Amino acid sequence: MSKKPSKGGAPALDMTPMVDLAFLLVTFFMLTASFRMAEPVTVDPPSSIGQVDLPDNNILVTVDDKGRAFFGISNPTAKMAALREMSAKYKVPFTEEQIKKFSGLPSIGVDLKDLPRYIDAKEEQRKTFQPQKGIPLDTIIPNNQLKDWIALGGKNAVLVYNDAKKKVEDLNQDFKGEKPRYAIKASSKTKYIYVKDVVKNFTDLKIYQFNLITSLEGGGTVINPGPSK
Amino acid sequence: MAEIQEGGGGGHKGGKKRAKKQSTRVDMTPMVDLAFLLLTFFVLTATFSKPKSMELTFPAPPPPDQKPDEIKNGITFLLTQDDRIFYYEGQFRAADDDKGKKTSLSELNFSQESLHKYLLEKNKTMHDQIRALDDKHKKNLLPDTTFKRLVKQAKSDKESYTFLIKTDDQATYKNVIDVIDELNINVVGKYVMVDIMKPELDMVKEKLGTQ
Repeated sequence: MSKKPSKGGAPALDMTPMVDLAFLLVTFFMLTASFRMAEPVTVDPPSSIGQVDLPDNNILVTVDDKGRAFFGISNPTAKMAALREMSAKYKVPFTEEQIKKFSGLPSIGVDLKDLPRYIDAKEEQRKTFQPQKGIPLDTIIPNNQLKDWIALGGKNAVLVYNDAKKKVEDLNQDFKGEKPRYAIKASSKTKYIYVKDVVKNFTDLKIYQFNLITSLEGGGTVINPGPSK
Repeated sequence: MAEIQEGGGGGHKGGKKRAKKQSTRVDMTPMVDLAFLLLTFFVLTATFSKPKSMELTFPAPPPPDQKPDEIKNGITFLLTQDDRIFYYEGQFRAADDDKGKKTSLSELNFSQESLHKYLLEKNKTMHDQIRALDDKHKKNLLPDTTFKRLVKQAKSDKESYTFLIKTDDQATYKNVIDVIDELNINVVGKYVMVDIMKPELDMVKEKLGTQ
């Protein structure tokens, strides 16, 4: 209809709404993004209808399908305190710098005596770090480091929580933090006896309540049929 | 590159001409490119759902000198290799005695017709009760607290079954979670993880060996 002769150049298009939207989305994703360092192992948890969110304040033991245990605490302050106490208990010296660096690491799965080397290693080297055998939890040779990690980690996480709570309540404000919870994450293929060993460490410490991490299942009433025989 | 041409008009000696229309136009292309780049990055790295979890309480080990309580109406699941489940009802008996016959194991699997159906049957009264409460609750006929109390009450029914879950050394974590999940779906009131006993393990082995 238009009698304007089309010129050779591209037609002018008002991009403003698109650009507005793009920036809006960028802002949204930037603000909601939470950065995490890669976990030392990827485990694929089984699915369940469990709807409870994993608490932010947690003490997490990961068990991979070979039965190796990995330990992590979400709260950096508690993590540093736990390492200090572990270092004193097992007489493995750590520098202040190493302790600080440790607080930023995700779960660890090395013997305490290899830990200084692990902390000093570069990010890429950690993936292939050799003695990543999982945290020892032998009960035959008494070298149950996992139990100590859980005990000290749990103790410090509670201390940090109580401190924070007290500080806020002294100012007559409502405290919104969560109590630390114990979580276990295991791969679908992990043999249950490995998980049982880990659970035993918890129950020995009189900790009976856990959050078992699972992925969300779609339907709700359907479970995966096992391999047909 | 970026065409900020503020000086464009300033070069003229005649001050009146400096407000030319195109002089304020800035090329936004690089900025928009960057914005989309960032957008793509954040979209791809975003993790929306926090991991979900299932709350579970393990039993405290009984004091060593105390004999474990006899469980009335117990159903024991024995999980083993290849996603197989054996089960028996009532007390375990290694041989016939005056109270009943020797325990024999039956088998279930994780399909919808097997375990789900079995649990639904065993737990029918409680299941119906809780479903009825849930319906009422959804229609806003019951307040939250009353609903929770009634569900708790229904779940602690003395006559209902207690489910015991035991595993041998071949069962996977997925099997355990699937069974617990299925128990949760069927709103079972009482279930517990227990260590397997030697005679039970032998019976499972025997069963696996004969097939």
